[in-house]
This record gives sequence, structure tokens and C-alpha cells, in this order.
Amino acid sequence: MAQVSMKFDVPVIVDESKCIKGCHLCIDVCPLDALAINPETGKAFMARDECWYCTPCEVDCPADAVIVRIPYLLR
Amino acid sequence: MTTETLRWGETLTLDADVLIIGGGSAGSVAAIKAKEATPGATVLVLEKANVRRSGAISMGMDGLNNAIIPGHATPEQYVKEITTANDGIVYQPGVMAYAERSFAMIQELDSWGVKFQKTETGDFDVKKVHHQGTYVLPMPEGYDLKKILTRVMRRVGVKVTNRVMATRLLTRDGRVIGAMGLHTRNGAFVIIRAKAVILCCGAAGRLGLPASGYLYGTYENPTNAGDGYSMAYHAGAELSGIECFQINPLIKDYNGPACAYVTGPFGGHTVNAKGHRFIASDYWSGQMMMEFYNELQTENGPVYLKLNHLAEEQILEIERVLHGTERPSRGRFHEGRGLDYRNGMVEMHISEIGLCSGHSASGVWINERGETTVPGLYAAGDMASVPHNYLLGAMTYGKICAENATVYINTVSDSALDAAQIDAERERVYRPTKQPGGLPHHQVEYKIRRFVNDYLQPPKTTTRLKLALRQFERAHDDLNAIGADNPHDLMRAMEAHFIRDCAEMAARASLTRTESRWGLYHYRVDYPEMDNENWFVHLQLKKDARGAMTFSKRPVAPYSVPLDKDEMLADHRRRLPVAAEAR
Repeated sequence: MAQVSMKFDVPVIVDESKCIKGCHLCIDVCPLDALAINPETGKAFMARDECWYCTPCEVDCPADAVIVRIPYLLR
Repeated sequence: MTTETLRWGETLTLDADVLIIGGGSAGSVAAIKAKEATPGATVLVLEKANVRRSGAISMGMDGLNNAIIPGHATPEQYVKEITTANDGIVYQPGVMAYAERSFAMIQELDSWGVKFQKTETGDFDVKKVHHQGTYVLPMPEGYDLKKILTRVMRRVGVKVTNRVMATRLLTRDGRVIGAMGLHTRNGAFVIIRAKAVILCCGAAGRLGLPASGYLYGTYENPTNAGDGYSMAYHAGAELSGIECFQINPLIKDYNGPACAYVTGPFGGHTVNAKGHRFIASDYWSGQMMMEFYNELQTENGPVYLKLNHLAEEQILEIERVLHGTERPSRGRFHEGRGLDYRNGMVEMHISEIGLCSGHSASGVWINERGETTVPGLYAAGDMASVPHNYLLGAMTYGKICAENATVYINTVSDSALDAAQIDAERERVYRPTKQPGGLPHHQVEYKIRRFVNDYLQPPKTTTRLKLALRQFERAHDDLNAIGADNPHDLMRAMEAHFIRDCAEMAARASLTRTESRWGLYHYRVDYPEMDNENWFVHLQLKKDARGAMTFSKRPVAPYSVPLDKDEMLADHRRRLPVAAEAR
């Protein structure tokens, strides 16, 4: 089947300068499992545009590195 | 061996005495109570996310909507209220079992550290939102609820397996004897042999497509894809009232509750575009939604939540609660739109459809012991048939299921697993991996849910419901053509199956009940009247021996709390008279 890739504006932003290497708390608490570790930096990032803007990733982050924005389509 | 270290396609078999599928509010309490009742037994929670923040209320809840607290309300009064709000189609013993036991559940939560609003004298500070009684108990610090439940689970020794999504139940000789599932991170196949299974999988919340078009911008937590409805159906259990959809009045686009239950006690209320109140009570019911829908269709629409007449200290308290629990990101949504409660009103609309007994009445049929119609299978929470059960009902029925399941496990011995069932499920689950270039799951899901909006969203018509069925039949081919090259996408692909199953159930049940009932929830344009002569019954559906969806009527059990004709129709007097509107 023919397929293409598209870019999406994703709601969760991780500040890599604050994100703690080796910590994956935000990834653990995300109900949608939408966050992942970037293997190049060891820091968390939003890997999938699957977000309920529910905020545990932000609230439970020990380093205040995560910001949940309202998804673009709803903003 | 633990599930985390498994690899793609490997199989792990686990054993449990009581298996709880879904570690949300109902499942967490079910697990705690099952373990407390049988300390020597293995109580296992299977959770597709992580129990710390899973289920309908990942960020907690701002209050209990149906607290029956001595001195403020009685079980009889509550049963009457729920019977009225459901146009009489209620299994009263099930509602009564909740009503009589909900206060003990509150006291237990209180003892676990859940903070409820109390008066200066230490009494629970209950507020009136419903039509008649006083049942709303604020939890201004309710954001910790899931963390507290997780802590208690750990303390009593419940086993928790996160990131495994159950896909089908295992049966033998008409009993449920376990479940099968997929590890959503490593792609392993997990088989759980259990003496009893308690399904606590939440609503079918990813059924309709939100007007925003964003797949995950649903009213319900989008992890709740109707898993439990689908799994119970395929195990042969009866489901009830599926035609009684969940449709809620929400903040437009944000799609979370505007929270008249929280703001009401402070003086907030729903108004039309002219600033007039048009409903007598903000308590959610099908009739309330019908009035809301009617208002949206006229020059009086849209509808707003009005708070801008309140004093500064009340608004500060409302902001503190609503921007801190349940759906806390609403504050930044309002900010992004330039709205301040002080000088503007919150625009509202009606949600996409869903199945959820927590707010309406559609669910897997259970009795007052939490038993489904299949031995060994119990259900609690948003997916079980007790109507308008909300958060406290989910937890109370989790407890009821646990009490009965822990007795049941002593009456059965281990059953041999059926290899054919396991092989068939493994084949079904891994099919997308054999065609990694197949259809993307999100496109297939989008299309099914778009047809749900086109054809199932009330007002319902026979023609549209039949067109829906044709599309949901076609969707089988699309589901079989989905491709996936990683465990996460495989999880989403299997969720699309749950969604399609729920869509078909919703269409067939709606076609079968040839009358209108529950206001907007089941408004049939071609059968606009309520028909008590033929339809004062529960409509049950199940999968028959040949695999077809069949329907039956279950008589409404005799009421233990009788209602006179006037009380029965009380909910149909929601609309305020014109004189009041013009004031």
C-alpha cells in the first residue's frame, strides 16, 4: 500500500535542559503512552499525537520540565 | 519472569484467583477489597496504562455526585430519583444495593486519606444539584484519589501488571476462566488463568468523534475504548440499554464538563444566549439533554455556563477546584481563548455519543451482587449496567463484586485452558504485524467514528441506523487490513475492533427499541412517543451460539420503592415555563 508521512503539532513540550536523564516518570503516568525517551538525548519527548491533555506528565514531573498545551485542533 | 522483560510475540501465562481487568476507580477498589477478603489469594490487576493515573479520572475528581449521607438523603429517595431520571427502566435492587452501601464506601475512602469537604462541625458538606435530593459532596482536593488508591493496593498486597491490554476473555463450559491480552510496549502475548474475572474497563468513550475532529479529544479518557463491552459480548454476557447513549453538556471544543455540579452551589448555572435560564435543574439526564439540544437548535442558542455574576471570592474558589482536579487543563483552554469567568460566559455544546452507565444506563448487565449473566464474570463501574452510577457507584460496585467473587472462587476448581481459543486470539491479535504496510489504525478508527456521528447521533432514524450497520459491516474488512509494526500501534488496532463492536451494538439496539425514551439519548424521529405498553422493559443483547447479535426483553423487576404517576414524569418538567424565561 502507498503511504506518506505527515507532520503534526503535538501538545506536550519537554524542556530538555530541565528533563532528568534516566527519569521516565512522565512516560509511566501517561494513560495514552504517548511519550517516549529520545535515544539520542536520553530525554523525554512526545512521540505520538495521542493526548487527552490530562496533565499527569506535567504535574508529576519532578523537574518542572513538561508543559501540556491544549491540542491545536481544540485550541 | 515478569511481563516487562518479554519480547515481541513471546507468551507468558499467569495465574490468579481473582483477575481484575482495568485498574481505574472501580478496579482499584475491587482489588483492595478482594485481597482484604482473601489475604492468601492471588489478586491481579491488569491495566493497559499505569494504575497511578489510569481510568476515567487520571487527575482525580472534584466531588462525588451521588453521595447518600444519613441526615441529608435516604436510599429510598435516591432510588426514586434515579428511577425518575431513567423513565422507569431501572433494576431497583441494583440501585438500592449501591444506595444502601455508598455511605460506608465514603467512610472507607475517608479512612484511606481521601479528603472530602466538611463543615465546621466535621459533618460532610453535601450540596444540592439534583432535581429533588441533596447528594453532591465536594472533594476540593480530589486530585490525589488515584495515588491514594494505588498506595492502598500496594499496602494490602495486590499484584499489578501495567501496560497489558486484555483483548478477549477465556471461557470453558459457559464460565469465564481468564483472559488474554497484549503487552502494549513489548508486544508479548499474555494469558491469565483465573477463577473469577471482574471487568472494570470503563466507558466506550471513543465511539463518537468529537466535533473538533481530534480522535483523543473525547469526553471520556480515550483509553476507555469500549474494551469491556466488547469482551463481555464475545464471552456471551448480556448487555443492557445500549440504545440509551451517553451524551453530555460540555465546554465547546475543550470537551470537558462545564461543571454545573461544582459551580451550582456557588450560584453558577446554565443559560441560553439571551442570558435566561431554561432548565430547572442542571443534573444530567436524557430529558435535560433534550432541552439542551432544543435550545441549541433555536435562536436562543448556544448555551453557556454563567459565572460572571458571582463574587470574586466565589470565582477564585471555582478556579481553584476546576483548574486543579478532574480536567485541570481547562484553565489554559479558557486563557487561550481569552475567557475570564468574571467577564464572559463559557460556551457549551453537546458531546459525541458514548456508552457509559456512569452517566446514562448502557452497560454489561449485572445484578445487585455484581454478577453478569456468565458465571465467573463480574463487572463494575462505567461499563456495568447500574444507571447514573458515577465515581462512587464504580467504587461501591467494585467492593460488591469483590465480596461475591471471593466467595465464588471457593466453589470452582482450576479449568484447563482451551488451546483453540488461544490460537484463534493470537492469530487475530498479531494479524496486523504480518502486513506492516497495511491501513494505519488511526485512519480506520477515524472512519468508523465518523460514521457513528453521521448515522447514530440522535435524533435517530430507521434509515440512518440501517446505513450505519452497512458501514460497520464493511469496517470488518478495514480492520482486517490494518498494519502495525510496533506494539503500541497494535494496541490501537485492537482498540479499533472494540470501537467497531460497540458501534454495531449501538446501532442494532437503537433499531430494535421502536419508541423514544430517555430524552435525547434515544430520540427516534420515526417513533417519537414513549410506548410503555410494548417497551417498558430492559432491552438485552447478547451473542448467540451461532455468533449473531440477538435481542430479548427483560421485564422491569417489581419496584421496592414505588412511584406514583406524577413522580415518574417529574424529569419531563425540566424546562422552565416561558414566564420564568422572560423574567
